[in-house]
Parts: sequence; C-alpha cells; structure tokens
Amino acid sequence: MAQASQDTAIRTGRVARTLIYLVLLLFVLFYMLPLYVMLVNSVKPLAEITGGGMMALPEVWTIEPWLKAWSTAQIGVEPTGLRPYFWNSISMVVPAVAISTILGALNGYVLTKWRFRGDTILFGLMLFACFIPFQIVLIPMAAVLGFLGLAGSTAGLVLVHVVYGIGFTTLYFRNYYAVFPTELIRAAQIDGAGFFRIFWRILLPSSGPIAVVSIIWQFTNIWNDFLFGASFASGDGAPMTVALNNLVQSSTGVKEYNVHFAGAILAALPTLLVYIVAGRYFVRGLMAGSVKG
Amino acid sequence: MGFLDIENATKSYGSVEVLHKVDIDVEEGEFLVLVGPSGCGKSTLLNMIAGLEDITSGEIRIKGSVMNGVHPAKRNIAMVFQSYALYPNMTVAQNITFGLEMHGTPKAERERAMADVAKLLQIEQLLGRRPGQLSGGQRQRVAMGRALVRNPDVFLFDEPLSNLDAKLRVDMRTEIKKLHQKLGTTTVYVTHDQIEAMTLSTRIAVMNGGYVQQLGTPKEIYDTPANLFVATFMGSPSMNLIPVTVRADGNAIYADTKNDKGEGISLAFYNPRAELKAFDGQTVTLGIRPEALTDLEGADQRSDHVEQVANTVTVTEPAGSDTFVTTTIGGAECVARMRSDADVAPGRETVFAVNMEKAVAFDPKTEDRIQ
Repeated sequence: MAQASQDTAIRTGRVARTLIYLVLLLFVLFYMLPLYVMLVNSVKPLAEITGGGMMALPEVWTIEPWLKAWSTAQIGVEPTGLRPYFWNSISMVVPAVAISTILGALNGYVLTKWRFRGDTILFGLMLFACFIPFQIVLIPMAAVLGFLGLAGSTAGLVLVHVVYGIGFTTLYFRNYYAVFPTELIRAAQIDGAGFFRIFWRILLPSSGPIAVVSIIWQFTNIWNDFLFGASFASGDGAPMTVALNNLVQSSTGVKEYNVHFAGAILAALPTLLVYIVAGRYFVRGLMAGSVKG
Repeated sequence: MGFLDIENATKSYGSVEVLHKVDIDVEEGEFLVLVGPSGCGKSTLLNMIAGLEDITSGEIRIKGSVMNGVHPAKRNIAMVFQSYALYPNMTVAQNITFGLEMHGTPKAERERAMADVAKLLQIEQLLGRRPGQLSGGQRQRVAMGRALVRNPDVFLFDEPLSNLDAKLRVDMRTEIKKLHQKLGTTTVYVTHDQIEAMTLSTRIAVMNGGYVQQLGTPKEIYDTPANLFVATFMGSPSMNLIPVTVRADGNAIYADTKNDKGEGISLAFYNPRAELKAFDGQTVTLGIRPEALTDLEGADQRSDHVEQVANTVTVTEPAGSDTFVTTTIGGAECVARMRSDADVAPGRETVFAVNMEKAVAFDPKTEDRIQ
C-alpha cells in the first residue's frame, strides 16, 4: 500500500517536473528575445534592418556599428562616440560604490557591535532612505550641490549616489553583522584591539559575501541611474546612460538602429560583467543575513 | 585582601538589578568556579571582571588596583569563551599572537611565546591551519593557547567545555586541571555543570537569582550545603529530601518519619547540634545524599552511625558502576546509590543503610540548613 502510493508519487512528480521545466524553458526564451534582437541587429548593416528583417540573422556580418557607437557617433556637439562618457561613468561609479560600501560597513559595525541608546531608531530612519523616491529629492539636492559648489561635477554625482546608497549598504551590513558572533569582538577587545583595528582585522576580512552584495547592488544602481545623471551632470560630464539617451534621441539625420543597439549593449556590459564575475557570491551573500547558524 | 577582590559588586540593567552585592575574595593561585543555573548572573559577573560589562556599584580589584572603568585590554586578564571566539580569518598562529601584537610585543618575542604555548598544549602541528579546519577539541586548545600566551594575572573561562561532546569534555576537564596545577594562575571559571565545578575548583561560588548562595570548598558545598537550593543543585542524582518530625529525647534527637507501609521509623541524628532542639515537635527537611543511602554491604564502614531502614524497592537503574535504587520514605521519593551487584529487585523489600553522619537538616520555612 505504502509502496504503491510512493511509486505513484514519484511518477506524478516526474510528469509535473517535465511540465514545469518546459514552461520555464518557454519563459527563458521569451525573456532572452530582446537580448537576441539587440545582439543580432547590432552586427547588421542599417539597410538590412530598415529592409524589415528585425528577427533574421545578419546576411552581412559587421562590427562597424560597435566601432561607431564607441568612438565616432555624434553625441552632443562633437562626434566622440560613447567612449568619454563611459569613462565619466567609471570615474563616478568606482568612488561612489567604494565610499558607500565602506560607510555602510562602518554603520553596520556600529549599529550591531557598539550599540547605543536610540540605535534602532537611527537604523529605522536610515532604512527610510531606501524608500524615498528619487524625484522627491531632486530640487533640494540641486540646492545642496549648488551650496557646496559641486553642481554639474562628477564629485557632486558621487556625493548624491553615496548619500542615496548608504541606506541600502547599511541595511546589508547591519543584518550581516547582527549574526556575526559578538564574542569575537569581545575577544579582540581583551586582546587589546581598538575600534578600527577590530573593524579592519576581524570584521572586514570576514565580510566577503556581503561586500559583494553591496558592491553589485550599488554598482548596478549607480551605473544604470539616469535621473540623477541627467539632472546633476552637464554636457561633457554626463554619464553613460545620459549619453546613450542623447545618442538614441538625436533628432537629426537617419536613425541608425544598429548603432543604437550596439551602444545600448556597451552601456549594459559593465553591470553584466560584474554579475558574471561575482554573481555566485551575490546569492550566497543575500542568504547569509537571513538564515541564522 | 586577596588577589582578585569582588566587593559589593552590583549590576543593574535599568531598574532591574541582576546581581546583588556580590562579595568574593580570590587568593592568588586559586581556581574559583562560579556555578548556577542559566540566568543566575554568573556570566555577567565574569564579564564584569573582564571589563566587558561595567559595574553598576561596588568594586572589583585585581592585585589591589581598582578595575572599575579600566579597559579590558589593560586589566592583564585573558578569557576563553564558550564559542572559543577564534578569529576565522587568521591562522592558529596569528590567533595566538594577535593579542601580543596589539600590545606591541616585538615579533621575535611573540614567536618565542607562541612556540612555548604551542608545545605546552601540543598544537604545534596546527599552527598553519585556520579555525574552520579544526575539530572542537583542537579549537578549545587554541582558545586556551591564545589566553595562555599573554601570561595574564587572571584567567577567565566562560563555559569553555559546553560545546564539546561528553568524552572530550571529561578529557579537557582533566587537561585544564593539569594546566592549572602546572601554572598556578588565578582562575575564575563559569559553568552550569556541577561536576565540572566540583572537580576543577579550589573554591565554588554557587549562584542563583543574582545572589551568591554559598561560597566554599567543594567538600563544604557538597557535605554542608547552606540551603535547599545548593543541596539540590550540587550532586547528581540530587540530594534526597525527606520531611521528618524532630523528637528530642534526653541528649539524643530523632527524626521521625514513616516507611512505605506506614510504619514509623526513627533515625537518630549523629552529634545533633543544639539548634536542632528548638525544632522539637516540628517538621524539618532531612537531606541525605544518594551515596549515604545504600545497601548494607555498601555502607561506609568508617561511619560511626549507620541506621537501617527496611523498605520496598520501586525502581532499579543499573548504571554500570552503581545501581540506583528508588524507594519511598516519608512520602518522598528517594534515590539510593548501591553497589552495582547489590541484590535488589523492584517490588521486593530490602534493607537500606542510612549514613546519619552525612545527614543534614533544613528549616522548611527559610530553606536554610539548620547549623
């Protein structure tokens, strides 16, 4: 009796699983379709696209659109391609990610291991930062940047992204450090290590997974941000996303779809790379704070 | 004045007082064990000695200098934690020398101190590994090594054996005792395990509800517990407590109770104290350790005063080295520790030997021992 019902259970399980995987496969195909369109059309001459063959593989393969998007496309006044804006983005993202991650780690350390009166309220307020929509702060932020003399500069953008990111990074590190054994901190205190030594020598070396989460999250958000970039950076200082928009939206001349596709992929590449390199740790790190033990 | 003085130490969290005026003087070289159930304040007291928690009122002195408000690193103490608290990102060698490094000890000296400690604890072959690659017992040794290398004035242990399996726990217990005998460092050791407390200590402080219930040598604690809490907490199986009526007859004082058939039993107290006379006609609690309630052949031959009680055996529990026999005296269930080959069977009547030399009496109202 028990044997029979177990057999049926296994058989129905197998059927159900096949079905589930089929459906999932369909979803994957559907989900990958835009990427396929982008890739395929970025290596075609423009004539093939305007001829109506959006979904077809290219008849003539060319990397011309990629080269054009990168170095000669008309963006703004000069035909510079996306290249200078790519470096704009890099010089904004790297310091912004580094600073917000370090500050988040320090905040998490203080909020869990150096508790003080009102620390949970403070943490709650910091969490609140995660829920403030970008649009609300645009005008006050512009005023602050103007007051600080950082308006229109990369440094200004870094500041904006750091301030916005601290809420998230603090949340990550606080939850990670909350389950980090306090006895280790106490042992280090008895051993004679001070506040920053404990942080550098004990806590940070054990924070790999959550640091990866914080870096991926911050990198993706800051790299992909358009609103702050469009609002607080001007002309030549604009980040990649704004430049891509300018490339695609330019109202003069023919719409070079193949160049646009290539440019869009170029803009998305860095985040893709970060995911491929560190994605494994990302999931691990996300789980780490949530499950005890 | 002792080596480590705890004077009226009190700890409050807000308006809740969790430790009430604890007074303990520890002499140099002593092994003091703080024992009690969880929540009794023993770990709090240890953390106060370590400087990890501040002292609400009172004083803690080490070598005569007041430690209130002094940073843990400047107290010249070392602590072994329950979870060992080894730094997971460092090797064993780095773990052991981290404290010395933080105190600015030169590298050559650090290496020498580490080599000595590694040899003492036989962990030389582990120095290059990380804590994650060690077994529980090895981690325990490394944690002790980290404490030893500092050559502290006082060693603090916070339930260091509770994460080990039963056999290893016994081995490490012996190891700790050997180490203490060799080094003679003043030690304060927290545990909830009364056997650890008995075996390791030179003195025990039994704690409950934030009070020190009794402070004394293991023998004092075991033979003359100050109150019912200490009597039942220390010793396994715990002390048998039988309600008896005190009857004074000339110089002799008897404890009257009934066997399981309802027949009266009279047990004469051995060298009764005068205070007991005041309880004439009243009910007191008679405390008899399981090994003082045994079979006739197993009774202590050197005892001057053994009473005999015939009673029915309800349960026998052979434990290899002993057989534990349950019986009912005066309505209270009692456990007797008999020889493993004692001739007993459930339901049968047997003669129990009661070593009255070891019997103690408690006032049921105050729960204190009648001195």
